[in-house]
Amino acid sequence: MTLTEKPNIQQDLVPVLKTVSDPEIPVLSVLDLGVIREAIEENGIVHIKLTPTYSGCPAMDVIGDDLKAAFSEIGKKVEVELILSPAWSTDWISEEGLQKMEEYGIARPLSETADKDVLLGEKKLVKCPQCGSTNTHLVSQFGSTACKALFKCDDCQEPFDYFKCLK
Amino acid sequence: MKNKNLYNYILTIADNSLILAQRLGELCGHGPNLETDIALTNISLDLLGQTRSYYQYAAKISGEGKTEDDIAFLRIEREYKNCLLVEQPNTHFGYVIGRQFLFDVYHLMLMEKLQNSPDETLAAIAKKGIKEVSYHKRFSSDWVKRLGDGTEESNTKMQEAIDDLWRCTDELFFMTDAENAMVKEGIGIDVSSFKGKYYKEVSEVLKEATLTIPENKYFTKGGKEGIHTEHMGYILADLQYMQRTYPNMTW
Repeated sequence: MTLTEKPNIQQDLVPVLKTVSDPEIPVLSVLDLGVIREAIEENGIVHIKLTPTYSGCPAMDVIGDDLKAAFSEIGKKVEVELILSPAWSTDWISEEGLQKMEEYGIARPLSETADKDVLLGEKKLVKCPQCGSTNTHLVSQFGSTACKALFKCDDCQEPFDYFKCLK
Repeated sequence: MKNKNLYNYILTIADNSLILAQRLGELCGHGPNLETDIALTNISLDLLGQTRSYYQYAAKISGEGKTEDDIAFLRIEREYKNCLLVEQPNTHFGYVIGRQFLFDVYHLMLMEKLQNSPDETLAAIAKKGIKEVSYHKRFSSDWVKRLGDGTEESNTKMQEAIDDLWRCTDELFFMTDAENAMVKEGIGIDVSSFKGKYYKEVSEVLKEATLTIPENKYFTKGGKEGIHTEHMGYILADLQYMQRTYPNMTW
């Protein structure tokens, strides 16, 4: 992560931010997901800059409302601004977030080149989050949400979501 | 309005995404199978997300207290600047794929140029959009090949779709006044500059799909200047129904 990509988050706001999760992957907090680009308190108002994973991600409106609700519980007002640049990347998901995602049953994003290979069905690299086998195949390039693709494990036969690499 | 040209320029790009998103949205629950149904609505959602970013920007610069919803829902047909290609109906799956493919190739080329625009907002929307649109193109070109190089029936239907939609491709490269003005200001993209590249790339995929490249030299245009096909009125009737019937309703 380059310096300009590092989010600017005031440390004492972190505990509250940790309580707000992605409505579609509830085990991930907004911090794990890397969508909070800035959180600063000024004159009693918390200013938050939020970036979408995908342009049309419907979770963004919900996250905005959840942030307001979470801070209002400790008597703080929030102003949320949606920013597009720099564009979100799966590299911004924390290692802790990736582990939680796997435990939840979603395979973590591979590197950019490996991602291309698996989405074109050329190589078997995605690890089944249920049994750990890489004997898996792509069922559909588009999964239950814009950020995921649908896979199936050929060993344990379970279908699962794969979080697509985005850079 | 001070920035009339920029405003119209944004709509020229954004309305394509809105109308195509609406068309794909019509297929929700009607796709030929679950995976393609989800794929088409996912693409619709990406396009709608991009549209919202453009409209929010257009609303801001209009300086008339407009909102993104006013722009989406409260214009009359002649004020929509989308090309004729995206308003064509969901005749059959091959048709949907053909329309998507012919648009995606153009869309990605436009986004790749727009990401370098000195207009920071347009550049940011394009940069974000490129990642999504390249995925759309992968999906639609895969399906063109699969249907074209598939059974006799899928090949016939895919060929019919391409033959029919071909007449809408030339308009993509027609330059409107707003586009010319924005190119002059260094913000906009000269779409006519990648026309050759577009037909080359489209032809390569069609060839791989064992389809014949249409030789049709008759092209329709007008959408980008607000003169639409008969399909547009029906789309808007669907799209605008709630806001026209219950003004300012929300849920």
